[in-house]
Amino acid sequence: MTIPADEITAPWWEATRRGSLLLQRCGACRRAQHYPRALCAACGSTDLTWTESAGRGVVDSFTVVHRSPFPEPQAPYVVARVRLAEGPVLLTNLVGAAPDDWRCDEPVRLTWRPVGDGRRLPVFEKE
Amino acid sequence: MAVSTAVAVVGAAESDLGATGKSILHLQAQAVTRALADAGLCLADVDGLATAGASRFSAAQVAEYLGIEPAWTDSTFAGGSAFEMYVARAAQAIGAGQCSTVLISHGSDQRSARSRSLAGAAETHTPQAQFETPYGPLFPLSHYAMAAQRYLHVHGARREHLAEIAVAAREWALRNPAAFRYGAGPLTVDEVLAAPMVSSPLTAADCCLVTDGGGAIVLTSLERARDLRPDPVVVLGYGESTTNAGMAAPDDLLRPGSIGSGRRAFAMAGLGPGDVDVAEVYDSFTITVLMTLEGLGFCGPGEAAGFVGGGRIRPGGAFPLNTNGGGLSYCHPGMYGLLLLVEAVRQLRGECGDRQVPGAEVALAHGTGGVFSTHATVLLGVDR
Repeated sequence: MTIPADEITAPWWEATRRGSLLLQRCGACRRAQHYPRALCAACGSTDLTWTESAGRGVVDSFTVVHRSPFPEPQAPYVVARVRLAEGPVLLTNLVGAAPDDWRCDEPVRLTWRPVGDGRRLPVFEKE
Repeated sequence: MAVSTAVAVVGAAESDLGATGKSILHLQAQAVTRALADAGLCLADVDGLATAGASRFSAAQVAEYLGIEPAWTDSTFAGGSAFEMYVARAAQAIGAGQCSTVLISHGSDQRSARSRSLAGAAETHTPQAQFETPYGPLFPLSHYAMAAQRYLHVHGARREHLAEIAVAAREWALRNPAAFRYGAGPLTVDEVLAAPMVSSPLTAADCCLVTDGGGAIVLTSLERARDLRPDPVVVLGYGESTTNAGMAAPDDLLRPGSIGSGRRAFAMAGLGPGDVDVAEVYDSFTITVLMTLEGLGFCGPGEAAGFVGGGRIRPGGAFPLNTNGGGLSYCHPGMYGLLLLVEAVRQLRGECGDRQVPGAEVALAHGTGGVFSTHATVLLGVDR
């Protein structure tokens, strides 16, 4: 499966090749947002610049998927919402531990999973 | 603010349900003809149509099939809550004089056609296709599973509390001959917990059925409704809230849009949660019900786990909930929202036999669509 991109998100995907997780920072309200958009969803400003996430966050919630219609990842795997220290919440996978060994609110850090075309997906492991 | 022109439901019916081997439009036609017969009306009386799920141009598709040329249509696509939204739009259209008699209908052949996938429908142009789908969430199940996980963590609740929703739904279904699980016997908490885990903490028994099914209701002005045969069921109030498309967007998983939709519906009706005699709340998953009961104000945040215990929501309990057996044990076509309305109407008319709530005068129907994305509440009452 090739993950689609568009003219707004292309720089975000390019940065994943060098292991950089980008966020958009609003010049008007200073809020950080993910995913990249053509405007700030908090205040409507179009004054947006790229900033790099420090890659630290906490598990907001997670679910272990036991039965999957997708070829990747192989079940069982962990789908999670991770709240970055900068504020935005990402959907992601939790990796590097047994699927049943995760708790809400535990700290995690960024790591990467290749998707086969040089781009990489940000995923998270235990801090 | 009250509903400006009083509008009433004058007809309600189901199509065949379960595993029917029938097409979407056949099921629609069944539901529509039965609902019109119930109202004592015919297709020539219908000048408004609201429907979804029949095709990309759903209203045009269904109107053509029925042989009508409506003066007003709505095909708002909002998943399971769309039909509660249609009640609001229909009341407004009738009040504004754009049409006089509205048919709201749905039909789904998803079980016979095997068209349901755990992956959901792929739309490659959406942000979710880039930033969510690559991680393999089941759609919509994994979102509700994450809400459940957070709910259990924050409120110290247990999976047994979720299971009670499925157990009570089964108790009601055993009293409804139209229910898919009518003859299945009781369900126990242990059976729910021991069912195959699909997306933790939700097992297959925490998830709604996948069935064919459909339904239709007919609305017109209360003034006209009083001249028709059935007892009118009055639209007392409605409210809605649309909050998110994807799974990462909500800042707080435990603050669902039902907070806003319920507050607006109760304010319009001049009623509060304590006035509701029977509640039909979308049970796509067990957690959906716990969170919606809190959102609508039947109990406080974190209290639903205790609220539903002690038999309160089972037959004979103080809070009759999902009295047809719900999406969990009665029927869950592609979108269940219309069947919530059908059951609410029947309860207010006193037509429910073994599952009738004695003296029910105010009913609530609440639809939820997508990943806790769309929420719509309708309050219905007997004509006083």
